Amino acid sequence: MFGPLTVKPKNSKGDKTGSWRTLLRPHYLHKNCIACKMCLMICPEGCVSGKEKNAFSVDYTFCKGCGLCADICPKKDITMISEESKSEES
Amino acid sequence: MENSPLFKCGHTACAGCGQAVAARLVIEASGANTIIANSTGCLEVFSTKYPETAWGVPWIHSLFENSAAVASGIEAALIYLGKKDTTNVIAQGGDGSTGDIGLQAISGMLERGHDILYVCYDNEAYMNTGVQRSGLTPFDTNTTTSPAGGLSSGNLRPKKPVPEICAAHGIPYVATASAGFPQDLTRKVKKAISIKGPKYIQVHVPCPLGWRHESNQMLPVAKMAVETGLYPLFEYEFGVLSARKQIAPKPVEEYLKMQGRFKHLLNNPTEIKKVQDVADNNIKKYNLKLEAQAPGV
Amino acid sequence: MKEFLEGSHAIAEIVKSCQPGVISAYPITPQTHIVEDLAQMVSSGELKSQFVNVESEHSAASVVLGGSATGVRVYTATSSQGLFYMQEVVFNIAGMRLPVVMTCANRAISAPINIWNDQQDSISLRDAGWFQIYAEDNQEAVDFHLIAYRLAEDKRVLLPVMVCMDGFILTHGMETVDMPEQDKVNKFLPSYKPLYKLDTADPMSMGLLADPDYYMETRFAIQETMRESIGYLSEISKEFNNVFGRDYKDLLVEEYQVKDAEKVIVAMGSVCGTIKEVVDEQRAKGKKVGLLRIISYRPFPYARIYEALKDVPKVAVLDKSVSLGAYAPIAVEIKSTFFGKKKGPKVISSFVGGLGGRDITLETIHEVFRRLTVKEVNFDFVDLKPELLKEEYGE
Repeated sequence: MFGPLTVKPKNSKGDKTGSWRTLLRPHYLHKNCIACKMCLMICPEGCVSGKEKNAFSVDYTFCKGCGLCADICPKKDITMISEESKSEES
Repeated sequence: MENSPLFKCGHTACAGCGQAVAARLVIEASGANTIIANSTGCLEVFSTKYPETAWGVPWIHSLFENSAAVASGIEAALIYLGKKDTTNVIAQGGDGSTGDIGLQAISGMLERGHDILYVCYDNEAYMNTGVQRSGLTPFDTNTTTSPAGGLSSGNLRPKKPVPEICAAHGIPYVATASAGFPQDLTRKVKKAISIKGPKYIQVHVPCPLGWRHESNQMLPVAKMAVETGLYPLFEYEFGVLSARKQIAPKPVEEYLKMQGRFKHLLNNPTEIKKVQDVADNNIKKYNLKLEAQAPGV
Repeated sequence: MKEFLEGSHAIAEIVKSCQPGVISAYPITPQTHIVEDLAQMVSSGELKSQFVNVESEHSAASVVLGGSATGVRVYTATSSQGLFYMQEVVFNIAGMRLPVVMTCANRAISAPINIWNDQQDSISLRDAGWFQIYAEDNQEAVDFHLIAYRLAEDKRVLLPVMVCMDGFILTHGMETVDMPEQDKVNKFLPSYKPLYKLDTADPMSMGLLADPDYYMETRFAIQETMRESIGYLSEISKEFNNVFGRDYKDLLVEEYQVKDAEKVIVAMGSVCGTIKEVVDEQRAKGKKVGLLRIISYRPFPYARIYEALKDVPKVAVLDKSVSLGAYAPIAVEIKSTFFGKKKGPKVISSFVGGLGGRDITLETIHEVFRRLTVKEVNFDFVDLKPELLKEEYGE
């Protein structure tokens, strides 16, 4: 007989951030992006994806609102907006 | 990186956790053909809470002090199976599990010459159990077991020089890195992986909760530690210093004022001078000061 | 093939036949000869194994944990202080359901430091979730290692096994042993096929954090597996007998002249050889005495012991360990076997002896039989030297 023992990554869905995000969320302006990929690299969650210029985006299911992407962007193309403000990324 | 993540989102780290950034960079640099032995600590707890796992590579957690020994067993088994040449083995843990309770196991692993990369995520205290002081807690830091008070300015002992201890074993590669310099970290991991034998990389990882700074300040804080000389970035090969990141040193107060854990020092010029001495000693020892004529780094 | 050799060397030979992929151990008397022999075999090429010389027992156990998790058969050996040092890894290995086999050369526990035999070390780890089987002589010690791998790696089991043999008495004793031939070992012991392992071809995470919603079922599963294994032990013993011609019956107990006995001693390990001699001596004089030898200490064979002793009026349990401040471990488990049952011995006396390697002689056993009367001895030491005891501390 076996109890809980091992977990395979394909069977793990992850814990959603839900209402635990900080009071801010990242807003990608998609204006001056040079596709340096620093936002993708620095995200502690790994929830930033994208390849082409002005085409990077955040998976808000897992984003915690830490603000590192906005801080590292060399073109200041990411801003942190408050959770309440209306945005097309919701 | 986005196609087959080796460290998936959905883990339960704090927002802005420096260790989460570094852990992801390390495993992405090492690649899918990696097996990880992880010590108990923040990283293990927030990445593998049954039934979830953030790891896309084979991963094992045993105890607090034995990841280096478990990794040694994994490496031996891979050699026996004829698979070592195509598989990287990484043992990783925090500063407490590495430099304190796990020092014996690491020393044994280094001495035996296993082909393993050991990564230490140095957030300078036992963070997972509540910010208690470790051997790698810097001088004058306020932690829960070295609190600042009337009779004490915090942790009264210097930071244990674990990279130097590892370098003294004469291993092929030892490096310090920082979550504030992600590309440098990636380069160092890739370099280490390409070398056969034991390697040690210590990564400075800010902890917003334990160091008391905003979650979006991880990068400036990490960079300032390096730029003041308090956390020198260097590489040792076979026990000899082979490279270091040169800096135009900033006064340590710039770093101390960014974090709540040093708040008690800000009105205390005597103690600030002592911390400055630590930085100055590092600058001298590793020859960190940029020559005046050198182009900007 | 019959050989006359030192116990340690016999163990090294049988471990070699089992062909573990990773061996790691830290030297501690009296296990040293086993590991030295294995090191020699690896260095000469006789044994193709990775031999990892570690810096402590904690790391030795961790190395075999890592090796076993990578899907490879492993081996380690230790004793006394070493076993205690690796205790948390020992619990870890069982909790992670890894089929590690370990030889424990039973030795007394510090302080005071003492390198001679008693069973305090392995008995103190009885909660760990490991099988514990105790050998009476070197033939059993050898055979039990084969059985250990077969049992541990069984897909229905996947739990670690500790083969216990009395330090110095068996490890350094020279006996004639019928050493199993390699082709027969291969027949009895198939190669290890792990159900779960660290493999980049199929990644998985092992050793996760299990909160209160998940932890208890892992313990239940181990308890249940041990309960089921009481049956598997008989199965494996039968297979063993078919291949090697030695019958260990159910691998739980050995009944020696228990059938019509009026007085039976219950004991474990090499001391049973001495007890059998006394039983023979007394039987020759018409006294109805016997020995119940415990082979499997974990899982503890309650039902089997009940069956063996229910009609025996007087039982004495001879422990080579003690739970200080309370009781002798085996005696208490014997007593609990009969609690609330209709039948059972009228008297169960508990004796502790042989601690720190104090010799248990034929005379000691005669003394135990003498003291086994209608008046139950709740707990007592045998062969104590009162001249060494003082009421107060002084020069």
